[in-house]
Amino acid sequence: MKVWTKTMAALLAVAGGLALAIPAGAQQAGTQFMGILGYRVGPYGANGAAFFTGMIDYLNLVNERDGGINGIKLSWEECETEYNNAKGVECYERLKTRTATGPTAIHPMSTGITYGLIDKAPTDKIPLITLGYGRTDATDGRVFPWVFPILSNYWDGATGIVKFIDDQEKGSLKGKKIVLLYHDSAYGKEPQPVLEAEAAKLGFELRMIPVPHPGNEQQSQWLQIRQYKPDWVILWGWGVMSATALSTAQKVGYPRDKVVGIWWAGSEIDTEAAGPAAEGYYAASLNLAGKDFPVVKDIEKFVYGKGKGGDPKLVGTVLWNRGLAAAMITVEAVRTAQGKFGKKPMNGEQTRWGIENLNIDQKRLEQLGFGTMVPPLKLSCNDHGGSGLVRFQKWEGGKWVPASDWMSGDRALVRKMVEDSADKYAKEKGFTPGCMKG
Amino acid sequence: MFYREAGQFKTSYAADQGLLPIRQDRYGMAVLLAIAFVGLPLFASDYWLTAILIPFLVFSLAALGLNILTGYAGQLSLGTAAFMAVGAVAAYNFELRVPGMPVLLSFVLGGLTAALVGILFGLPSLRIKGFYLAVATLAAQFFIPWLITKVGWFSNHSASGVITAQPIEILGMAFDTPTRKYVLVLSIVALLALAAKNLVRSRIGRAWMAVRDMDVAAEVIGIRILRTKLIAFAVSSFYCGIAGALYAFAYLGSVEPDGFNLDLSFRILFMVIVGGVASIMGSFLGAAFITLVPIFLEVLLTEANTAFNLNLGPGVTSMSQLLVFGGLIIFFLIVEPHGLARLWQIAKEKLRLWPFPH
Repeated sequence: MKVWTKTMAALLAVAGGLALAIPAGAQQAGTQFMGILGYRVGPYGANGAAFFTGMIDYLNLVNERDGGINGIKLSWEECETEYNNAKGVECYERLKTRTATGPTAIHPMSTGITYGLIDKAPTDKIPLITLGYGRTDATDGRVFPWVFPILSNYWDGATGIVKFIDDQEKGSLKGKKIVLLYHDSAYGKEPQPVLEAEAAKLGFELRMIPVPHPGNEQQSQWLQIRQYKPDWVILWGWGVMSATALSTAQKVGYPRDKVVGIWWAGSEIDTEAAGPAAEGYYAASLNLAGKDFPVVKDIEKFVYGKGKGGDPKLVGTVLWNRGLAAAMITVEAVRTAQGKFGKKPMNGEQTRWGIENLNIDQKRLEQLGFGTMVPPLKLSCNDHGGSGLVRFQKWEGGKWVPASDWMSGDRALVRKMVEDSADKYAKEKGFTPGCMKG
Repeated sequence: MFYREAGQFKTSYAADQGLLPIRQDRYGMAVLLAIAFVGLPLFASDYWLTAILIPFLVFSLAALGLNILTGYAGQLSLGTAAFMAVGAVAAYNFELRVPGMPVLLSFVLGGLTAALVGILFGLPSLRIKGFYLAVATLAAQFFIPWLITKVGWFSNHSASGVITAQPIEILGMAFDTPTRKYVLVLSIVALLALAAKNLVRSRIGRAWMAVRDMDVAAEVIGIRILRTKLIAFAVSSFYCGIAGALYAFAYLGSVEPDGFNLDLSFRILFMVIVGGVASIMGSFLGAAFITLVPIFLEVLLTEANTAFNLNLGPGVTSMSQLLVFGGLIIFFLIVEPHGLARLWQIAKEKLRLWPFPH
């Protein structure tokens, strides 16, 4: 009886709590509110923690050093998605009604969550910024006005890797054998059409080998690779899969300096977990790692110096720096939008205009303290992607060393495939592509 | 006192065998339905409708489907998410490839396709039982999402295997707002729940329970085991298929096959276990517990963090939410191993005697 009473009381408390569960949140009026769909637990939690810490550290920097964007302070709220699509949508719905201006722009940081939000963004008028992930054909802003796969998309990445391999092979890939070892998910399937097109064009042999999620067992895949004896392996991994690939490669005796990873397989989290097996491994990157940038110095001084920083161990890592870049792009988009709409918090529509008209040239990057960490960026309605540039780095002696300059793959091929795919989407959905006004 | 049926006389067999024989239950159900159909669409915010109520209803339907198979027919299945994927992809393809296809018919056909696939993977159930059957259904869980990603036709050759559900339009009315989607999902779920409640009380339902309790005895009294089990697989997969179609069309809009993973199957199995095995109501309670409590805990912890200035990082709140949630599941299972539905039943009995217990 007593246990029962207690249980019922607990049940009632939970039910009562649920009824009151949706409070107003802690944002102040008159600030530029940013909704952050983050993840710090689960199989990809370590990657998420680095990225979102960088993002928040930069937002703190803007508040502490500059007093906000033209005097408009930033506020934000992070919601834990666990990298789970349903939870991501719940977080998005929760954050979208916070403050009058909404969550500014959303960085879903997950291809799956991006897909869940793509259809919601136009109705809610909230732009999505997918920094080097997500739906590739969204680069066509005529079909996807609300989605911005900024910096480079996966097809730029894949053709960039092919170009890099081509350079290493002194300009001829004819008759070479390349393996794509991919995470068996939407993410891993994304580069396949463009790689197939490249294989036909450049005359190399392509074999694609899937690794089931989460990828911590790859013995059979690497035995296949050893039998096939490819000249290069493209590693399209994420989370624990990337480190496992490198250590299994060492086990079967495949040289790591013939393995090139995509940018999500190219962070310290991946290589450090693989230990000495990672030595010599190449990875594409959207941004450089390291602390030798004025913006990082500023963050150490204004944010960590005041005890407001997230985690000093993450400062300067690849994903932390990428978080900085992500936050910088949102902040600069808001600044651009303020130039047109006035100095007040910008809503989703105004921010969307700001992102589409973003123009961050090298001079501006120097002013912002980013230097060469990211390439210059200029967007337009036709091109929601920007530079399409990637840079390769090599893991040597426990840190990432740049192995190439900023370079791009076969942009004409990528553009054509993007347009074809976007047109097909528009047809399936039954609307005519066109640029948005205002 | 509140629950006394004294003075309520049944004058016909039909009244005696009604779904809700006690007057208080009937009024309670009427109030519940009125709140769900009228009150919530009028007063609930878009956040509640899209992010909480629609997924709750969709998962309830999936849990109901699994409960028919696991709870009533006793066949443990780990392939729920895969059958949901079949329903979603089939409904999408019917809608895409057949011009002028009514969307409700697509849902039904999606459910039927899932039922066929369910029968196929249910075939081994005649020979293998218990945990071994769970392993056989695990094959479905891995095979189906793999097949959908592998064969481009299923996703209309989308580069990443993602399907984008078409807009819902029924008799010229577009179901595009959260309220309309909610009412649509609620109507479908209410209808199917009513059907399930009747089904488990019918001859088929009793046959399922007989097979579950002792298959040899059931066979001896003339129940055809294979047929009974396959019907259970078909009906269960039909429910899961409809749930999958609603998940894609009314909830997420775009789904990737990878989203229907083993994780989701386990979540639905936990809904059944926490809610109550072999209980229609338990499916709803379990779905509510598993989907709503984590959200509630997260909001609570974030609020506590700001209100009391605890200065916990976001990582800490995320982790502690998982810990508390896990603890709660264990607590409820220790207090009442038969699930939340059983707790509700005990509550009713207590209320009947209160304030004069024996």
